[in-house]
Amino acid sequence: MAGGTSSSIMETFFQRNLEDLIKGLRLQLIGESAFISKALDEIRREVKSTDPHTKSNAIHKLSYLASLHFHDMSWAAFHVVEVMSSSRFAHKRIGYQAASLSFHDDTPVLLLITNQLRKDLTSTNEFEVSLALECLSRISTTDLARDLTPEIFTLLSTTKLFVRRKAIGVALRVFAKYPDAVRVCFKRLVENLESPDQQILSAVVGVFCELASNDPGSYLPLAPEFYRILIDSKNNWVLIKVLKIFAKLAPLEPRLAKRVVEPICEHMRRTGAKSLMFECVRTVVSSFSEYESAVKLAVVKIRELLVDDDPNLKYLGLRGLSIVTLKHSWAVLENKEVVIKSLSDADPNIKLESLRLVMAMVSESNVVEISRVLVNYSLKSDPEFCNEILGSILSTCSRNVYEIIVDFDWYVSLLGEMSRIPHCQKGDEIENQLIDIGMRVNDVRPELVQVARDLLIDPALLGNPFLHRILSAAAWVSGEYVEFSRNPFELMEALLQPRTSLLPPSIRAVYIHSAFKVLVFCLHSFILQKGHFTSSCPDNLVPGISALALKREMPESSDLITCEAPPTHGEQDEGFNPRVSNQSCEDLSVEHDGDRTISHGQTSMHDSSEKNSFTYESIVNLINVVELALDPLTGSHDVEVLERARNVLCFIELIKAELPECLVQKETSVDSEDVKAFKIIELMSDAFSEELGPVSVSAQERVPLPEGLILKENLDDLETICGEVQVPPSNLFSFGSPYGEEKGVFFSDLHSKEESEPSTEATSLLTEHRKRHGLYYLPSEKNEILANDYPPANDSKWKNNLNNDTEDLVKLTAQSLVSNKKPNHAKPRPVVVKLDDGDVGSISAKRPEAKDDLLSGAVREVLLGSDVIPTSQSNESNKSFGKRKGKEKLNMEPSTELKENLGDSEKPDLEKPRSRRSKHRTHGKDRRHKSPENINEEREENGLRGKQKSSHRHARHKARQRADALLTVVSQTPVIPDFLL
Amino acid sequence: MGIRFVLMVNKQGQTRLAQYYEYLTLEERRALEGEIVRKCLARNEQQCSFVEHRNYKIVYRRYASLFFLVGVDNDENELAILEFIHLLVETMDRHFGNVCELDIMFHLEKAHFMLEEMVMNGCIVETSKANILAPIQLMDKA
Repeated sequence: MAGGTSSSIMETFFQRNLEDLIKGLRLQLIGESAFISKALDEIRREVKSTDPHTKSNAIHKLSYLASLHFHDMSWAAFHVVEVMSSSRFAHKRIGYQAASLSFHDDTPVLLLITNQLRKDLTSTNEFEVSLALECLSRISTTDLARDLTPEIFTLLSTTKLFVRRKAIGVALRVFAKYPDAVRVCFKRLVENLESPDQQILSAVVGVFCELASNDPGSYLPLAPEFYRILIDSKNNWVLIKVLKIFAKLAPLEPRLAKRVVEPICEHMRRTGAKSLMFECVRTVVSSFSEYESAVKLAVVKIRELLVDDDPNLKYLGLRGLSIVTLKHSWAVLENKEVVIKSLSDADPNIKLESLRLVMAMVSESNVVEISRVLVNYSLKSDPEFCNEILGSILSTCSRNVYEIIVDFDWYVSLLGEMSRIPHCQKGDEIENQLIDIGMRVNDVRPELVQVARDLLIDPALLGNPFLHRILSAAAWVSGEYVEFSRNPFELMEALLQPRTSLLPPSIRAVYIHSAFKVLVFCLHSFILQKGHFTSSCPDNLVPGISALALKREMPESSDLITCEAPPTHGEQDEGFNPRVSNQSCEDLSVEHDGDRTISHGQTSMHDSSEKNSFTYESIVNLINVVELALDPLTGSHDVEVLERARNVLCFIELIKAELPECLVQKETSVDSEDVKAFKIIELMSDAFSEELGPVSVSAQERVPLPEGLILKENLDDLETICGEVQVPPSNLFSFGSPYGEEKGVFFSDLHSKEESEPSTEATSLLTEHRKRHGLYYLPSEKNEILANDYPPANDSKWKNNLNNDTEDLVKLTAQSLVSNKKPNHAKPRPVVVKLDDGDVGSISAKRPEAKDDLLSGAVREVLLGSDVIPTSQSNESNKSFGKRKGKEKLNMEPSTELKENLGDSEKPDLEKPRSRRSKHRTHGKDRRHKSPENINEEREENGLRGKQKSSHRHARHKARQRADALLTVVSQTPVIPDFLL
Repeated sequence: MGIRFVLMVNKQGQTRLAQYYEYLTLEERRALEGEIVRKCLARNEQQCSFVEHRNYKIVYRRYASLFFLVGVDNDENELAILEFIHLLVETMDRHFGNVCELDIMFHLEKAHFMLEEMVMNGCIVETSKANILAPIQLMDKA
């Protein structure tokens, strides 16, 4: 026994406390992890000690390591509970802190702490209560919330403001976990809205702001309270929260909006605090956008923010502007200069915001100009922003099935141009759009093929992996719509050029398949042409001559190919030269000089009548080129490439045997239909001529479900099997991969040497540092900075260095952003194929699933439920709102109450000359009269009520009757409080 | 939930204080802090103090060698949060006298305590320096 005690004393004596641990950590330049694991071993030992001091010290160290060095402490949960129940406050505090840090819903020991929490919640020591509340706000589970609701209820009206404030904060968590607590606690919470204490008010308004953001409708009945705070409060924190509440409530109740819009504008005009001012602006532009004058005022304020040098204010100004734009596009046009200048701001976030705004200005009439300007601009900007620009152009232009695009030829060539921008990484999107436009818009196909050809023919593009997807689309387009091509031979050369080996196999397969389509097209056209040729001049021509004529054309067309194709094709030319006996051809052509000129004419007409210039030799040449290019691919390792290549080669094999024959059969060319090869070509051509169309998004749904197929089968079991085979997230920064796996490399890498200096030296260093980086320090003279305003921005000395580029940009866009500019449609908009059912992804704005239905139900019941049963209501509300002086039931005569409040609120304003208001005060307290147009509107809206309004002062009971009558009408529909009447 | 977390990170990217108002696992926290710190520390003083991250935003401000990062819901008022950060720094400054990173390192629990006084369950509940510091001063005496 004695030994045990002494060892524990020794332990205590030699135990390292947290400070030692931190000091030790700071001395470890390397091997920090070894030091920590040693410390953890110590902790494991110490935590089992019977001595409360040793134990709490261990927990203290452990929670430090868990909090800042990411070490698991769940194993110590039970010890944490032990420390929590210590009678010494210092230990208890450590325990509670460790609990709120490490406990969560699944921690098993949570079941053990209910009584401890209850004991501390009812403690006479307010700091213990505060600890328990703090902990509860972080770890409360449904069980804890249910079991401790009575204690919270008591604390909600305790006279110790220090504790009550925290109890209010806890209420939010308790309600979320255990909605039934609302029935018990809600009224006490509401009572706190009347508290004269600013901190209590701040806390309770914060809680209601959170509650209302999930389910604003339920809190409409509290609008009078919030209104009073809006008018009375001088605390900016509180006002900001109240404004947030009104931003949620106002859209639900137009009468309320009408009422609060003026006070909000008043705050906006008068406040010196930027945060409050911005909140007013945001509230007005998001929830009061139909009040023209308020919006105008807000836009004026936004402009003030925009022209400020402080990047924070500028950013917020842009944010505000982007909210206004949704309904008032004039606001952006008014500020377009600033917006466009911001495109070249030093801050990427600001650039991004202004880009969004510029895109919001885009319309049918200016899309060409804006896109032009932006694409030019993207060439000069950094890769990241360049891609942002391209991405936003792409998404804006493709919105609603290319709604704003009139000139598709232009758009398609823009896509081609964008592909060539060096930093472009939008390959996927451009690929999709090229194909999509091809399928949807018939008229644009010739231009599309031209764009595709330009992309394909450039060997340099093949080296850029970001472009591969685009090239794949270009290849597909050129194969699918080859009939619009001016020169299929050239396309073939491009599709088979040697550098295609740089492509990934899947895209190479597309190339080969497109080559196949081009080949079939050429052969088919040749046959048609031949048939036409022979039938049009059946017997006038001497067969020999026609053969000669065919032969004669050959050199030209082969020349054409060789000179247009990349030089790498020399060897391929070699390949076919011996076969077609170039020599003899040339001799012939020399003999027939006159004919040659004619054929020259023909080649110059290539552009328009290429289809008519298929010759035997050019076809043979083509086949040879294909064979030569694809032969090596029969040894490809990629199945897709292999198969496609074989397809083409086998097809050539099939027709090749008969091809020379059918060309020799000049006399019997009428029978050419009989030749097998022709039939095959015919068939293939038919197969490819089927037009592909866009696929509806809902196409899958229309497929009937086969019997016996269980789609929603629970595949959870697979989780265990495939658990290890997790695909690593490709991009750690993407929003799509939450919490991508990350090694703690960052921290260890950056582990500092700098802060290893002992702290004595630090002070001199600190002053040095302070001198250099003064702007990051608090001002040394300790005068209380106006707590009213947010701290000045980092540095305003920074100069707005607008380079010439930006000014050009501004100038350029200046004209293009004039919205009333008439679009000059040179040609009518082509037909864009749209599928009627859900072509665009049916992203129906689903209302957020009210996961706290229970909560809102409970709140409604507490606030409104009693209305339905008026008998109980009077009792209840008398009790709950008993504190209010001179007021009766909330639902019966809210208007009088509101007016009283208004009367109070006007006092501080009296020095301001607001004659109208004060005049009306003498005339009567009906404030509604102060804006006559309002009342007129309102009269129109609800004429009957308006009439009663005017006389209700004299007829209280009448109003009561009406209220009752109204209640019966709207009892099941959302119950709207009549406080405004 | 207003405020989701408060972080204090030094220039080297080491976390000096981490207070979360929702439960995250260690791995989630590690990933989150890594991403955020990388994002924010790369920015310079000519750039604004707001960064969008995942589905919320971060309001940050640098004091001496420490970055104060506050993660808030998207509809939270950015400027108010900047004021909050400033208030926190002023409060610590008043308590420690010329507060520096070492103060926070060695008195982490006090820094936590101040934060707990100011923020409850993600809502700002106390904005008076005197009120925030009163309990701490009491405890120091005891």
